[in-house]
Amino acid sequence: MRIACPFCGERENGEFTYLGDAAPKRPNFVVDGGESPERIEDAFYDYVYLRDNLAGVMREYWYHGGGCRSWLVAERNTVTHEFIAVTAAPGAGAASAMRAGE
Amino acid sequence: MSGYSQSEPLARTAPIEANVRKGAKPASQSHRLPGDGIIDRRSPLQFSFDGKTMTGFAGDTLASALVANGVKLVGRSFKYHRPRGIVTAGSEEPSALVEMRTGARREPNTRATTQELYDGLIANSQNRWPSLRRDLMSINQLFAPIFVAGFYYKTFMWPARFWEAIYEPMIRRAAGLGKSAELPDPDHYDKAWAHCDVLVVGAGPAGLSAALAAGRAGSRVILVEEDSLIGGRLLSDGGEIDGLDAREWLRRATRELVSLPNVRIMTRTALFGVYDGGTYAALERVSDNVAMPDRHQVRQRIWRIVARRSVVTAGAIERPIVFSGNDRPGVMMASAVRTYVNRFAALPGKRVALFTNNDDGWRTVETIERAGAHVVAVIDPRHEVPVQYQRLVDTYDLRVLAGVVSDVKGGVDGVRSIVVTNGKNGLTQRIDTDCLAVSGGWNPNVGLSCFHRGKPIWREDIAAFVPGNAPKGMATAGAANGELSLGACLRDGHSAGARAAAECGAVGKPGEASKADDEAYSITPLWHVKGKGKAFVDFQHDVTASDVTLAQREGFESVEHLKRYTTLGMATDQGKTSNINGLAIMAEASGRTIPETGTTIYRPPYAPVAIGAFAGHHRDENFHATRLTPSHHWAARHGAVFVDTGLWKRAQWYPRAGEKDWLESVTREVLAVRNGVGFCDVSTLGKVDVRGADAGAFLDRVYINAFSSLAVGKARYGLMLREDGIVMDDGTTSRLAEDHYFLTTTTAKAGPVMQHLEFCRQVLFPELDVQLTSATDQWAQLSIAGPNARKLLQALVDPSEDLTNEGFPFMGVREVQLRGGVTARLFRISFSGEMAFEISVPARYGAAMAENLMIAGKPYGVTPYGTEALGVMRIEKGHVAGPELNGTTTADDLGLGKMMSKKKDFIGRVMAGREALTAPNRQVVVGIKPVDRARRLRSGAHVIPKGAIPGPQTDQGYVTSVCFSPMLDQWIGLGLVERGRERTGEIVGIHDPLRTEDYEAEICSPVFYDPEGVRQRG
Ligand SMILES: [Zn+2]
Repeated sequence: MRIACPFCGERENGEFTYLGDAAPKRPNFVVDGGESPERIEDAFYDYVYLRDNLAGVMREYWYHGGGCRSWLVAERNTVTHEFIAVTAAPGAGAASAMRAGE
Repeated sequence: MSGYSQSEPLARTAPIEANVRKGAKPASQSHRLPGDGIIDRRSPLQFSFDGKTMTGFAGDTLASALVANGVKLVGRSFKYHRPRGIVTAGSEEPSALVEMRTGARREPNTRATTQELYDGLIANSQNRWPSLRRDLMSINQLFAPIFVAGFYYKTFMWPARFWEAIYEPMIRRAAGLGKSAELPDPDHYDKAWAHCDVLVVGAGPAGLSAALAAGRAGSRVILVEEDSLIGGRLLSDGGEIDGLDAREWLRRATRELVSLPNVRIMTRTALFGVYDGGTYAALERVSDNVAMPDRHQVRQRIWRIVARRSVVTAGAIERPIVFSGNDRPGVMMASAVRTYVNRFAALPGKRVALFTNNDDGWRTVETIERAGAHVVAVIDPRHEVPVQYQRLVDTYDLRVLAGVVSDVKGGVDGVRSIVVTNGKNGLTQRIDTDCLAVSGGWNPNVGLSCFHRGKPIWREDIAAFVPGNAPKGMATAGAANGELSLGACLRDGHSAGARAAAECGAVGKPGEASKADDEAYSITPLWHVKGKGKAFVDFQHDVTASDVTLAQREGFESVEHLKRYTTLGMATDQGKTSNINGLAIMAEASGRTIPETGTTIYRPPYAPVAIGAFAGHHRDENFHATRLTPSHHWAARHGAVFVDTGLWKRAQWYPRAGEKDWLESVTREVLAVRNGVGFCDVSTLGKVDVRGADAGAFLDRVYINAFSSLAVGKARYGLMLREDGIVMDDGTTSRLAEDHYFLTTTTAKAGPVMQHLEFCRQVLFPELDVQLTSATDQWAQLSIAGPNARKLLQALVDPSEDLTNEGFPFMGVREVQLRGGVTARLFRISFSGEMAFEISVPARYGAAMAENLMIAGKPYGVTPYGTEALGVMRIEKGHVAGPELNGTTTADDLGLGKMMSKKKDFIGRVMAGREALTAPNRQVVVGIKPVDRARRLRSGAHVIPKGAIPGPQTDQGYVTSVCFSPMLDQWIGLGLVERGRERTGEIVGIHDPLRTEDYEAEICSPVFYDPEGVRQRG
C-alpha cells in the first residue's frame, strides 16, 4: 500500500500510523459558560466513542510518523483499500503564524 | 525437435559457478542422452542423494540429474508412504520433495525440480524409515480406511487422553513431511525495494514479448523469472519464431533486452504476492545454487517491487489425470518429459506410453522418438488422431489406442506396465512401459491475478479457468491468459506490454510483435478414470478421488469445505496440480458444472517462502533498533549491567567486586545517594521543545494543570490525560522564555506523546501559534542527587554561578556556564526525594559530563547509579511510574486529582468526570508493607480483606511496584487498592496465587520516606 503524503510524496504505508475516522469533531465549549453539563458530556461521548464503520469511501486520519510528522486526512475506500485523496490536516506543515502571513 | 546446444548463457545471471572437482570421474549417467540440451558437459558436478554419489552437469536441476541417473523413486508420500517420483519439471512439483543440505542448513520440502545442481550437493529423501526402498511405514496403506477424508475429525472421538498418548505421536511419526534444521540459520537474508513502470512476471514467449514492447517504448521495465534461465517453454518445446529457430530468437531477444538500459532482468526471482497500490513481493534465490553463500552474500532476498503496471505472463501448468496408480514413480507430466529430454538431455524412460486428452500432449511423441527412445502407445480418449499429428502415426509406426489408462502396475522402481481400457467396448489390455507421460490439458496460472479476490472465469474451449477481474494495474497475457499457442502468446504479450507502457506515458515505439504459428489446440475434458485402486488428486497430501466423493456424500460440497475436510490443496504446493481436478470431480459428484462449483480463494504466497527471508536482517540483536544513552560507553567501562527498556539500553546497576547480588549493589547505590551524592543518566526521557506565542495556551489544553501561569525560569510537574479521561503520561515541563517551553515525557511514552501533541496541534487546535520539535536525542540529561549534589555541581560550573537556595530555588530552571565554556541547562528537580539537579548538555558531551562528575565528585564519594536504585527511591517517595500509569487509572486514582484545573478545558476533562471514573470505590494508589518485616513483597499479588477467602468477589486490588527499601530496612510497595486512602493503617490479606503465598500487610501512605519533602528543598 502506498500513501501520497502531500509533503513527502508517495511513501510506503509502514511509515504511517492509522488513527481512524476523521469525521468526529472535538466539541467546543466554554468552561462555566452556562451550557448544561449533560449536553457537554453527551457531545464528548459521541466524539470519543461513536464511529461509523463504512464499507466504501471514508475520511481518515493518518500520521506520517516515519516522515514529516504531519497529520493527514486521507479519503480511502475501505473495500478496495484505494486512496482517493490525501490532504494535510489544517495545522500540518508550516506554523500557523506563517500561514497567517507573518 | 531436439534440444539446444547451448554454448553461451541466455541471461546475464545464467552461468553457474560450478566448483568442479579436479579429476572427478563422471559416474555413469545411464539415462543421459548424447545429444543437446542446455547443460554444460564440460562442468560435471558430483552430488549425493540418500548417501549415494552421482554425477550431473552444470545446468541440471536436482530432478534432471536424478532422471539422468535413472533414479525413479525419490520419496514416500505423506499419509500412505507410497513410493513417489518426479511428476513435473517446475515449481508446481507436488511429489519430488527432498531434504536439502545438512546440519544448520538442512531444509525440508525442497522441490527437486527447482533446486539447481551444484558440486557437493547433498539431498535426502523424506518420509521413509528406515530406508527409501524398504519403508516400514508404508503399512499405512493397509490401514487406509482410517486415513480417509476427515479422519482427524472422525476417528479420534474417543477419550481425550488417547489423543495425546496414542494418536498424535502415531500420526506425527507416520504422516508428515521432512525435518527442518534444529540449529539457528547460519545464513543472511535481505530485503530490498525496486521501482518500475512495467513489471513483467515470467519470461516465457509472452513475457519476453511484453518486456520487449514496453522496453522499446521507453518504460522502466523489470522482468522477473523464477527459473535460472529466461525462455519458459521455449527452453523445452522450441518452435519457430520470425523464421528463426526458437533458440536463436531467444538469443536475439535476450541480447536486445540486455542492451536496453531501462530493462532489468531478474532471474531466480519468483513473484509470490500482489498487494495494494501496485506493490508486489518476489523472492530472489541468490545463493541456493551454491553449497553456501559467498562471504557477505545473502542466501535469499525479498524484493518489494512498486510497479505502475504489471503484465502477468506466468504461463500455465499442465494438469494430471486422476486414475488408479497415477502416483507411481515414472508417471510424469508430458510437458515435463519433454523438458527433461530437450532441455536437460535426460531421458525419463526408454519405452514411453503417452496418455493425453488434448493435442498438446502429442508433441511428446516426436521428442521421445528423436531422442532415440520409443513411444510404445498413445492413449487418447478422443477416438481421433489430431490432424496435425497424423503424420507421426506413419513416421513412427505409432500404436494409438482410443481409450483411457485405468491402472498402473509397478513397484518401488516405478512403472512396469499400464492397463488400457477401450473407450468403446470396455475391453482392457496391458502394455509394458517404464514411463507414462500424461497430459490432462493446461491450467493458466490464475493465482497472481486472483490475490485480490478476483474470480477466475471458466473457458469451455480450453476446459480451464482464465483470469477474471485482475487487480488494478495488472494485465495478464499469454498462456496465463488462456492463449495456448506460441503465435498467440507472442502477440498477446506484445500488445499487453505496449499497452502497459503507453498507460505509463511511454512515447517510444513498441515495435512489431514476433510471429509464430498458431498451433491448433483442442481438448475433451477428462478428469477422473473410475477404477479400483487409489487414484490420487493431491499427491502431496495423499487426497484421492474417493476422498473427494466421500466429502460430497457427507455434505462438504462447497469447495472451501472440501478443501478443509480433505486437506486438498493445503500442502506446500497449494494444490497447483490438484485443485482444479478436485473441484471437477466434486462438480461431477454433486451434479453441478465446474463454474457453479467454483474455486477456493487464492492467497499469497504463491510459492513457499522461508520465514528467514521475511525476517531479513531483523533478527537477534538487529531484531529492532537499539538506542544508546550518551553515557552508554562510559557506563559500560564502569561495569554497568544494562537493561532493555523499549529500544533503549539503560544502566541498571553498577556492581562492585565482592557484591554478592544485585540487591547488594542497588542498596549501596541508594544509600550513597541518600547519604552523599550520586548521578544517573536520564536522557531516555522524551524531550519536546515547544515554541510559539501560544505555547502556554497549548500546554494548558494538553495538561490537566496550568502552564501559561508558570513563571519563566521555573519547572512544573504536569499530568496529561487521554480524551477518555484516563491518564496518558506525566513529566516536568519548564518555561525557558515567554514563548519557549521544554517538555519531558516518560521514556516509554516519548513516541506516542509526541504523536498525540502533534495531533492536538495540527488537528484539534490549528489556530494556536505553536511548533513542536522532538529533542530527545539532542540532549544528554544527568540527574545529580543527594545532600552533596550542590557541592559537586559547584565544582563543575563557572564560579560566578549561584546555586544556593536563594540564587537557584527548588523547581528553578536556567542556563549555566560550565567550566571550560559549554553552556548547559540546569533544572532543580528531584525524582529521588533528595536535593537534586538535572543537568542537560548537548548529547555529544554526555560521556564527558559523566566522567567529569566522577572526577569532581571523588571527595564526596560520588556513585553512579542505575535504573534499579532510581526505582527504589521513587517507590520510597511514592512517585507513580509505568506500573501505576497503566492505562486504567485516573488522576485521582494516582492521588493527583487536585491538580485538575477547574478553570479551563483540557484534553480528557469532560470524560474524566464520568460516574465510573469518579466512583468512591475506585482502586487508588496506596503504600503497602508486609506485617512481617522479613517478608518479601511481590508485585502482582492481590489485595483482599484480612481473613477473606481469595476470589473474584473478595479481590480489592493488587500490588503494582515493590522494592527493598534500604531506608526502612524492609520490602515495601505501591498498590492500587479499593478505597485505599480511607484505609490507612488497615491490615489486609495479600494473596499471590502464582507463588502460592498468603500473608498480611498494612496499608499506609505511599510516601514512605521524608513525607514533608524537606530533603529535596535542602
Ligand atoms: Zn510526509
